[in-house]
Amino acid sequence: MDEQQNVIEMANIVKDFNGFKANNGINLELKKGEILALLGENGAGKSTLMSILSGLLEPTSGEILVRGKKVNIKNPTVAKNLGIGMVHQHFMLAHSFTVLENIILGHEPTNGPLLNFKKAREEVLALSKKYGLSVNPDAKISDITIAQQQKVEILKVLYRGANILIFDEPTAVLTPQEITEFIQILKGLAKEGKSIILITHKLEEIKAVADRVIVIRAGKSVGYFKVANVSDEKLAELMVGRHVEMTLHKQPIQLGPEILQVKELKVKENRGNLAVKGLSFDIHGGEIVGIAGIDGNGQDELVEALTGLRHVESGQVKIKSKDMTNQSPRKITHLGVSSIPADRQKYGLILQLPIAENLVLKNYYHSPFSKHGIINFDKIHQHAKKLIKQFDIRTTNENLAAGELSGGNQQKVIIARELNLNSDLIIAFQPTRGLDVGAIEYIHKQLLHERNNGKAILLVSYELDEIMQLSDKILVLHDGQLAGKVKPKTTNETELGLLMTGVKKERA
Amino acid sequence: MDLTTILALIVSSTLVYSAPLIFTSLGGVYSENSGIVNIGLEGIMTMGAFSAIVFNLTFASTFGKATPWLGALVGGIVGLVFSLLHAVATINFHADHIISGTVLNLMAPPLAVFLVKAIYEKGQTENITANFGYFSFPGLANIPVIGNIFFKNTSLPAYVAIVLAILLSFILYKTRFGLRLRSAGENPQAADTMGVNVYKMRYAGVLISGFLGGIGGAVFAEAISGNFSVSTIVGQGFMALAAVIFGKWNPIGAMLSSLFFGFAQSLSIIGNQLPVISKIPAVYMQIAPYVITIIVLVAFLGKSVAPAADGVNYIKAK
Amino acid sequence: MIRVSEKIKKILVPITSVIAGFLVGAIIMMIWSYNPIQAYSSMFESALGNMNGIGETIREATPLIFTAIGFSIASTAGFFNIGLPGQAQAGWLTSIWIVLANPHMPKIVLLPLAIIAGAFAGAIIAGIAGYLRAYFGTNEVITTIMLNYIVLYSCQYLMQQIMPKSFRIDTDTTKTISENGSLHINWLSELFGSSRINCGIFLALIALVVFWFLMKKTTLGFEIKAVGLNPFASRYAGMSTKKNIITSMLLSGAFAGMGGVVQGLGTYQNYFTQTTSVDIGWDGLSVSLLGSGTAWGILIAALLFSILKIGGLGMQTAAGIPYEIVSIVIAAIIFFVAINYVVGLLFKVKKSSESHPLKKGEEIGPNNAVDGPDIKIPRSEVEN
Repeated sequence: MDEQQNVIEMANIVKDFNGFKANNGINLELKKGEILALLGENGAGKSTLMSILSGLLEPTSGEILVRGKKVNIKNPTVAKNLGIGMVHQHFMLAHSFTVLENIILGHEPTNGPLLNFKKAREEVLALSKKYGLSVNPDAKISDITIAQQQKVEILKVLYRGANILIFDEPTAVLTPQEITEFIQILKGLAKEGKSIILITHKLEEIKAVADRVIVIRAGKSVGYFKVANVSDEKLAELMVGRHVEMTLHKQPIQLGPEILQVKELKVKENRGNLAVKGLSFDIHGGEIVGIAGIDGNGQDELVEALTGLRHVESGQVKIKSKDMTNQSPRKITHLGVSSIPADRQKYGLILQLPIAENLVLKNYYHSPFSKHGIINFDKIHQHAKKLIKQFDIRTTNENLAAGELSGGNQQKVIIARELNLNSDLIIAFQPTRGLDVGAIEYIHKQLLHERNNGKAILLVSYELDEIMQLSDKILVLHDGQLAGKVKPKTTNETELGLLMTGVKKERA
Repeated sequence: MDLTTILALIVSSTLVYSAPLIFTSLGGVYSENSGIVNIGLEGIMTMGAFSAIVFNLTFASTFGKATPWLGALVGGIVGLVFSLLHAVATINFHADHIISGTVLNLMAPPLAVFLVKAIYEKGQTENITANFGYFSFPGLANIPVIGNIFFKNTSLPAYVAIVLAILLSFILYKTRFGLRLRSAGENPQAADTMGVNVYKMRYAGVLISGFLGGIGGAVFAEAISGNFSVSTIVGQGFMALAAVIFGKWNPIGAMLSSLFFGFAQSLSIIGNQLPVISKIPAVYMQIAPYVITIIVLVAFLGKSVAPAADGVNYIKAK
Repeated sequence: MIRVSEKIKKILVPITSVIAGFLVGAIIMMIWSYNPIQAYSSMFESALGNMNGIGETIREATPLIFTAIGFSIASTAGFFNIGLPGQAQAGWLTSIWIVLANPHMPKIVLLPLAIIAGAFAGAIIAGIAGYLRAYFGTNEVITTIMLNYIVLYSCQYLMQQIMPKSFRIDTDTTKTISENGSLHINWLSELFGSSRINCGIFLALIALVVFWFLMKKTTLGFEIKAVGLNPFASRYAGMSTKKNIITSMLLSGAFAGMGGVVQGLGTYQNYFTQTTSVDIGWDGLSVSLLGSGTAWGILIAALLFSILKIGGLGMQTAAGIPYEIVSIVIAAIIFFVAINYVVGLLFKVKKSSESHPLKKGEEIGPNNAVDGPDIKIPRSEVEN
């Protein structure tokens, strides 16, 4: 009987962020001792839902029952007292502390005035033995691997007596071998009676470990299956959703000269591991090449390497037949590369500066905007007025700080600046992230317009719809490598989903 | 001079000059480990020095030999109260730590001199009569050679400071309070989610630095300068800050760095009495602590050893 | 709570800070039974009530304008140049030395040479901190503090041990510089009741215009501002963060050095041993913070602090109130500027959208993307 009891029931959860419903009526049941997977694309509302469950956000409406009792989880302490523990995607660890110190912080056993490290160590070792979480309690966090840090996070939660564990994209940061080990750990936890919610968008993991799966799309729960009874294809289709309607009118492709050629490109991420592992492709004028893939498979590093922001370990980047490997961002821009960054507020704009100045961030230093190092603000303002009109940026005037614009209009400022450079290559990285439908449509039209004018466009996006609608060619990136090369007309989202998740491999 | 005499001279003057630095830098270590950068140590020392001297002048006849010790305690309390300004500004009011610390440094000298003028109607106090003086450890001072060098006519506050450093190191690394204080300076967000009251820990860090900085200033005034004027504390607080960094934000490290800086300082003062050293221009000894600090910072690539969230305001999410 | 526009708020916050600072001074005076009204009135009276007072006030403001510009440039680029005292001192000693060494050189050569050399000396000191910051990530606050003391003791050594004895009156004071290297002008001084006002003030006004032009009209100023506001976006847009760090620190130090130059060639006409870091450095920092780094703000704040400092002398004589109250008031004003977040709460900006730009070291709101992480731009983080 106990096995069948729902430890958590979430009913009709709605979370409204100023009119945007991140969760729009989600239902969820978690049984004791089971592993429930929460599947969905980026932005589908999984993290919001779990933040509600762990007390970081309060729902706008809806009901939560824990072990049959209605609860109001208004802060993380309440969640903790209910036995709910969350392992965050970005670990919350003090790096100069030892493993043991991190685990006991806030719940320290003491012996008089002193910390009782002996008792703590015994307890932690007992837990790690029970659940197969072997980690040296005296090692410093900064000295252990990411996988071990994750074990520390799990131990932290267990040490506080949690029996409902939430894992947010736990394998995003792990190597394949580490993932195998992690799956064993999850199974072990479930066997000991812990109930687990696993947030993921990797199908193979769900197959490997979960008992049931809930698919979430656009803030709603759209499917609820026993993993044994459902196919990968079905899940992939549900995850990416509706059939893509090719509403955009695309002119037939008119291939121009080769603009970008990437050969055996290898790039490291911040921790020093290879993130782009020998990538080769090329783009001609007049085509949009879409890079599909799940976040964290080397997209950031690829784009940064192409724009001169990140060091290329080996391989070559040729732009318009010129070797531009490891050249400065300014030289690359000057040669004819525009780039729309994924994080518009961190990289795309200087929020405190007026729109007008943000519009010349890449060409303020030469004529007509400045001469001999002196800026001509009249020209900058004229330029801004023209672009504001041309790109329909909704603002009172060009002197408004960019930070005061809405997200969509901020993105328009970037698009206006980048397209106005009249570059032959346009790199668009998540160009519609977090925007409403109208703004998305607008930006898509602009990109298509540039393609029809013979520009080469590299579109890197986590949104499959976007990739399918715009691309002439799709490259699927998985683990820093090309997992497949497909045409939008001859593929479907299910196939893309399988390639992206690494279930299916097709060497291009 | 024979070797023992020379060594005794060097050791005792090193200890005299180190004592204020040790106290103050220990305070700095606590503040920075809780996540609050405290460049206001200079100002805190000034307030400590001022209040200790006033106490000493007023109560020397009442308390006799205990006066300088009580004076140091008074200096510590005044330093603690003064550091409240920094704590409120940085912890509750989101002030930039550097600007707020600078305010302490701007505020302390005029405030102290103003008060001196208000009390004594002149800009500089009289010399105190009950200073720390020199202390010989009973028994230990009679050990041949070693007793002469380390335990005879030496600085008792320095020995207290050294013992305190060991105690504070113990508290910082072995107790619940120490662990929580450090967690507030390493990753306040994580600490908060683990149920640690970050604001409380940061207040503790700053107030401890105020108390110890005040004592440091008091010890300097009552052992070295002997009176209080605007030029009593000149760079001592910044040198203590340097000792915090050179000591890698660790109490024992700060204590050893303070001893080293005290040694450099004392050489620049007693150097002319010593063979060889007297030929080296005093300036090298004077600037040594500061130059070394820069070199150490460059060698450690800047910030890698400081507490990770040192100087970062923590604003609790709602 | 008072409803005002964003622009008015920017002015009201420093004004409130000044008033609050004066109140703190008044309270302290009242505790010690001094009459604050008498104090402040005698202060303004002696600073502004006669030509000599006005001349001295302007003279006092001259170096502060330079050091404040120096602080502002570095601060615009995102750096806290706390080494102004050392940079100013280096400029002071260098300029005096040059003039003492070439007493008979024609004024038209000697004066510019001494000024430029002084600026250069300041630039080098600050440049060390800039270089270490750019290439090693060394925290500039610590290096500039340490450099203050290195300069303090080195200047003492250089003057007492290296400078030819013939340049000095005694170990602690140099000779007065020759007319050819002086910023002193007789008619100006006479005009202002024989005060020490000198043509340094004209240089300071020119410097303010140059500073304004540099920051508002040139590509260099634009880059410095951009890098200070958002180093990530600046680097993405093709600016070199390293170059801008070093350039801004060099400029900052040059202006601070000029502050020392006008103090030497203008006010004192000599150099004498300093026992503490020179006060024009710290005061310049205060001026810049109160003036929020703008040309007008600096000019007004420099004059205000000079009124306090010059008037304070008169106040001490006339009302018998210790001069130090002046510095207490200044420190209190800066305290209120530092907690401007709280002072700002007094005034509510009219517009409904409270979308204020992100401040250094503070986090800002959601990134429009609902699931996206909030971005943080810590002030210490600079990519190479």
